[in-house]
Amino acid sequence: MIDTDNLTKKFGDLTAVENLTLHVDDGEVFGFLGPNGAGKTTTVRMLCCLISKTSGNATVGGYQIGSKEDSLKIRKIIGLVPDNVGLSENLTAYDNLDFYGKIYDCTTAQRKENIQRFLDMLGLWDKRNVLAGTFSKGMKQKLAIARALIHEPQVIFMDEPTANLDPEASKTVRDFILQLKKEKKTIFLNTHNLDEAQRICDKVAIMNTSLRATGTPQELERSVSGRKTVVGLEQQVNDLVLRALKKLPLKNLSSEGNTITFDVEDPDKENSPVVEAIVQAGGHVRSINVVGSTLEDTYLKLVRK
Amino acid sequence: MRLSKAWIIAARDFKIFRRVKNVWYSIIIFPVVISVLFPAILEYLAIRGSHGLAAPSVLPNLLTSFSFFLVIGAAYVPLGIASYSIVGEKVEKSLEPLLATPLTDAEILLGKAISAIIPTLVAMYAAAAVFMVGIDEVTFSTLGYYYFPNWNIATLLLVLMPVAIVMSVLFSVIVSSRVNDVRSANSFGIFILFPLLGIYLLSETSIITLDVNGLLIISGVLLAVAVALFFVSTKTFRREEILTKWK
Repeated sequence: MIDTDNLTKKFGDLTAVENLTLHVDDGEVFGFLGPNGAGKTTTVRMLCCLISKTSGNATVGGYQIGSKEDSLKIRKIIGLVPDNVGLSENLTAYDNLDFYGKIYDCTTAQRKENIQRFLDMLGLWDKRNVLAGTFSKGMKQKLAIARALIHEPQVIFMDEPTANLDPEASKTVRDFILQLKKEKKTIFLNTHNLDEAQRICDKVAIMNTSLRATGTPQELERSVSGRKTVVGLEQQVNDLVLRALKKLPLKNLSSEGNTITFDVEDPDKENSPVVEAIVQAGGHVRSINVVGSTLEDTYLKLVRK
Repeated sequence: MRLSKAWIIAARDFKIFRRVKNVWYSIIIFPVVISVLFPAILEYLAIRGSHGLAAPSVLPNLLTSFSFFLVIGAAYVPLGIASYSIVGEKVEKSLEPLLATPLTDAEILLGKAISAIIPTLVAMYAAAAVFMVGIDEVTFSTLGYYYFPNWNIATLLLVLMPVAIVMSVLFSVIVSSRVNDVRSANSFGIFILFPLLGIYLLSETSIITLDVNGLLIISGVLLAVAVALFFVSTKTFRREEILTKWK
């Protein structure tokens, strides 16, 4: 659905985005992680055809960014939730959405149906005739999301949708994104909330002017220091147990006292034969834990590179 | 460019204006002052018997001069509206989502222009109607005929006034891109009135005359200025420019 190939944006001497190459599948929630000033917003603006690229290529829904004709087509199939909600504060919630529905050529019936549907889903239907300027931050954010969805776009770009929201409002927004995920919407989510990315995203990319890593949150967690399994025994680890484990293809196997540690790629597959081998060698397993680097560790390591 | 899309923006802006007092003040105050003040001045002069100013021989010139204030008013009124319409969006940061829609820059700019031009035209034509009726009422006994309507005022209202409004709106667009609040936009926007005040002073010193020919020439010059402002404003009102360079 979204492809970029060496996409670059320079503002004078400043390079905001450098040689960005990534791929977002149809129906995927793609988390775009990076610190402030990493080029996340610039990337979204390029993909939404709001600003021009300096070099490289990118397509959204098969349409080329940078082409005048395709730019209009891209803007028809996308919805944008910018980092500043940008609502017309002197219009009611209903009128804000109705205006955008008209711009996207939605029929009167479609507009009515979608406005009710999205305001209902976001708990704002009762406030439809209230001026947007009187809304709380969370309500404004929800309204901005509804605005981006009013024409049922194929791709939704969200730029820090939960930034500055209280935990309850953040949860509502997150739950709504999960709801959209179930509906197989393609979502490009700019965030520096790692917990959010881990919970919501199918795939994430870590960015700091250039792309540092991309993959599933689990893949990225493993990419830095991998994961370890720590097995606790009822008794001291003896030679019988160690000899049994050495027969298995375990990396970095070590033992100390009554604990055994080894690296693991896929704990679901690899831990079961380990437990079996220990039991057969007369050991009694008390506990088994998988420990490893978190997405935060990976993120910090990669953005500091 | 699709006029229907520009109209959607203008219609949205009209809805917003209904709730913004400052826009109402812009639309109402100056037209009311012009339409009431000038007939009132003549009435006052007539009651006092100051025939030096209100004598039949000088009255037509005086009325022509007064009429020109309708043009100055027409250039002043849209400053408040256009400034609010664009700076207001900047303050609310509502331009970015609008720019992410399938509208062209020209459609957005035209929508903004329509939303400033239509209320101004309505207000100024209403003011002109009251002005003409008021002046006719006050001057009939002195002149012995109704001074308005005449070809002068027709040229002024139908040719010069729309050109002055368009020029003012385009100037507001340029000013609005450089400032962050409506008050500053208004303050800088006032500069567009200087050429019109200059024309007024030149007419008062008889260097130019505000007859039909004179008004058409002035309209032509202002139209040329408006065309130049149009090119500058379209360069200013571009997506990338708005998102990266506007203050």
